[in-house]
Amino acid sequence: MNLFIEYSLVGLAAGGMYALMALGFVLVFKGTGVFNFAQGELMMLGAYVFLTVNQLAGLHWSIALAATAVFALAAGAFVERAILRALAGQPLLSVVMATVGLGLVLKGAVGLIWGQEQRTLPGLLPRAPVFIGEFLIPGNAFWSFVISMAVVGACLAWFRFTRSGVAMRAAASSQVNAYAVGINVPRISALTWGLAAAVGGFAGVLLAAINNLTPHLGDLALSVLAVLIVGGLDSLAGVIVGGLVIGWLQSMTGAYLGGQYREVMPFVVVLAVLLVRPHGLFGRKEIERI
Amino acid sequence: MNLIGPRIGVAPGDYVQAAAWLDSGERRLGLALLGGALIAFPFVVSEYLVFMACVAGMAVVSIVGLNILTGYTGLLSIGHAAFNGIGAYACAIAAAKFGAPFWIAIPAGGLAAAAAGVLVGLPSLRIKGLYLAIATLAAQYMFLFVAQHWESVTGGDRGFQVTPASVAGVRLDSDFRLYWLIMPVTVLMCAAAANLFRTRVGRAFIAVRERDYSAEVLGIDLLRTKLAAFAIASFYAGIAGALMAYFFKVVNPEQYTFTASIFQLTAIIVGGLGSVLGSVLGALFMVAVPELLKVAVSAFAGADQAKSAIMLASARELVFGLLIVGFLLFEPFGLAEIVRRARAALTLWPFRT
Repeated sequence: MNLFIEYSLVGLAAGGMYALMALGFVLVFKGTGVFNFAQGELMMLGAYVFLTVNQLAGLHWSIALAATAVFALAAGAFVERAILRALAGQPLLSVVMATVGLGLVLKGAVGLIWGQEQRTLPGLLPRAPVFIGEFLIPGNAFWSFVISMAVVGACLAWFRFTRSGVAMRAAASSQVNAYAVGINVPRISALTWGLAAAVGGFAGVLLAAINNLTPHLGDLALSVLAVLIVGGLDSLAGVIVGGLVIGWLQSMTGAYLGGQYREVMPFVVVLAVLLVRPHGLFGRKEIERI
Repeated sequence: MNLIGPRIGVAPGDYVQAAAWLDSGERRLGLALLGGALIAFPFVVSEYLVFMACVAGMAVVSIVGLNILTGYTGLLSIGHAAFNGIGAYACAIAAAKFGAPFWIAIPAGGLAAAAAGVLVGLPSLRIKGLYLAIATLAAQYMFLFVAQHWESVTGGDRGFQVTPASVAGVRLDSDFRLYWLIMPVTVLMCAAAANLFRTRVGRAFIAVRERDYSAEVLGIDLLRTKLAAFAIASFYAGIAGALMAYFFKVVNPEQYTFTASIFQLTAIIVGGLGSVLGSVLGALFMVAVPELLKVAVSAFAGADQAKSAIMLASARELVFGLLIVGFLLFEPFGLAEIVRRARAALTLWPFRT
C-alpha cells in the first residue's frame, strides 16, 4: 500500500510536467484551430536558446530564461505569419503536414547548428527530495510539478481576466464576430503562437534540465498526445486533469507491468479514449454542417 | 507527335472507345517506350543504379497506397510505415515458419497488412480528420512496441532473417535478379491504382474526400468505403513491405518507424495529392534526394565519415521539412501539377494557354 501511494505521488508529480508540455498544444489549438506537431521542436529550440545564452554567453539563468521567452515569442509569431497564415482555409492535411514539416526543419537546423551530442543544462531545480508525510518525492519532479501548475494557472487566469486573453477566446470562438467587434484577429493569432512557443520553450528548459538535451528532445512531446486526448484538445483545465491521469497511469504501468510498457501506455490510452469518446473526455464535440 | 500530352482531338465513337486506356497511337508508343526502358534499364546502368531502382520501386508501391488513402480518400494516416512492417513480418514469417514460396508469401504480407488496415480503419466512421491522424499515429507506436517486444514471433530488435526467394531453382539474391520481381509488381500495382479511379469504388473514394456526409447522401456507404480505402492502401503498403523483406533480407522494427511514415507523407505532398503519377514522381524524387544530399554533405564534411553521417541525418531532416513546407506553400498540387503544366504548354506550343 505504501508503495502504491509512493508511486502514485511520483506519477502525479510527473503529470505536472506533462500538463506543461501539453499546454502549448492546447493554446494553439484553442486559439487558431491548428494542431501543432512542431510544438515539441519549439520546446527543444527554446532549450537550446537557453543553453546558448546561459553557458556560451555566460549570463545568469534568469536572463537566459527571459531571452528564451523573447526569442520563442518572436519565433512563434514568425511561424504563424510565414506559414500558417498562408495556409488559412486549406484542408486539414496541408496544415497538419506544414507543422510536421516545420518540426523537421527545426530539428534538422538545430542538429546542424548545435550538433547531435548530448548537452547538460545546469540544474535549475533543487535536487533535494521533498517529503510529503513519510513519502519521498524526487526534488526536480516535485518542483517542476509546482512550476507547471503555476504556469497553467497563470494561463487560465490570463484567458479569464486580461483583455488580450478575452480577445483570444473571442477570436477562437468566431473569427468573423471577433473582427466585427474590432479585434485584430491576425495579431491575436500571432500572439497565440508566440505565447505557445514561449510556454513550450519554458517546458523545454525544464525538461532538458531533468533529462539531457539533444535535438531529439522534441520527440518526447508525442507522448503528450495521450494527455491531450484525455483532457480534450481545446480545454486548458483538461490539460491538468489529463496530465495527472497520464502521469499516474504511466507510473502505475511502470510499477506493476514493467518498464517497457511505460512508453506504449499513452498510445493505448489514446486509442481507447478515441474509440469510446471520439472528442476526448473534456473536449467539445464539433458540430459539422454539410 | 504527342507522346506525353493530354488527350486532344480524341472523339470516342462508342463506350468501348471512350473507356479505352490506350486511346491513341502516340500513347501506345509512349507506353511501349517506357516499357522498353524499364526492361533495358538494368542491363545498361551500374549496379548502384539497379539497387536504387529497386528501392524506388518499393517506395512507389507503398506511396501509391498512401496516396489512395490520404490523397484520394482524404483520410490522413501518420502510420503508413506500420503497415509496411506488418506486411514485411507476415511475409517473412510465412516464408520462414511455413515454408511458403514468395508468390504466396508476398500476397500473404499484403493481405495481413490489409486486415490490420481494416482494424485501424474501423474507428474512422466516428473519428475523423485530426483525431483519425492521431489514432493512426498511436497505431504506429503500438506496432513498433509489439515488433520490439514480442520476441518469440518478431525476433525483437535484432529482427528476422529472410532467406532469398527462388524461382525455378534460381535464387533471387542479387539486386539484378530482384529487379525482375520488384519492377513488374510495381508496374502492376501502379496500373491497378490508375484503373481503380475509373471504377465505382474509386470514384466513391474521391466523393468521400470532398465531403463525406454529402457522399453518404448520394448513397455511398461511408463505413464500407472508408474501410475499403484503408484495406487497399494497407494492401499496397503490405506488398511493399513484403518486397522490402526479400530485398533487405532482414526485417527489424528500425525500418518501419514514425520517420518512415513521415517520409512517405512527404513524398505524396511533393509528388501531388490525389494523383498516381504524382505518387510515382514523389517517390522517385524522395528516393533521389537523400542520395544527392549524401554527395553534397560528404563534399562539405570532407573525409570524416562519422561527422558526415551525423550531418547527413540533420541535413536530411532539414531538407525534407523545407520540401514539405515549400511545396505546401508554393505548389500545393506537387510535381504532378508541374508536369501537367509542362504537358499543356508542350501540346499547345507555339500557342500559349
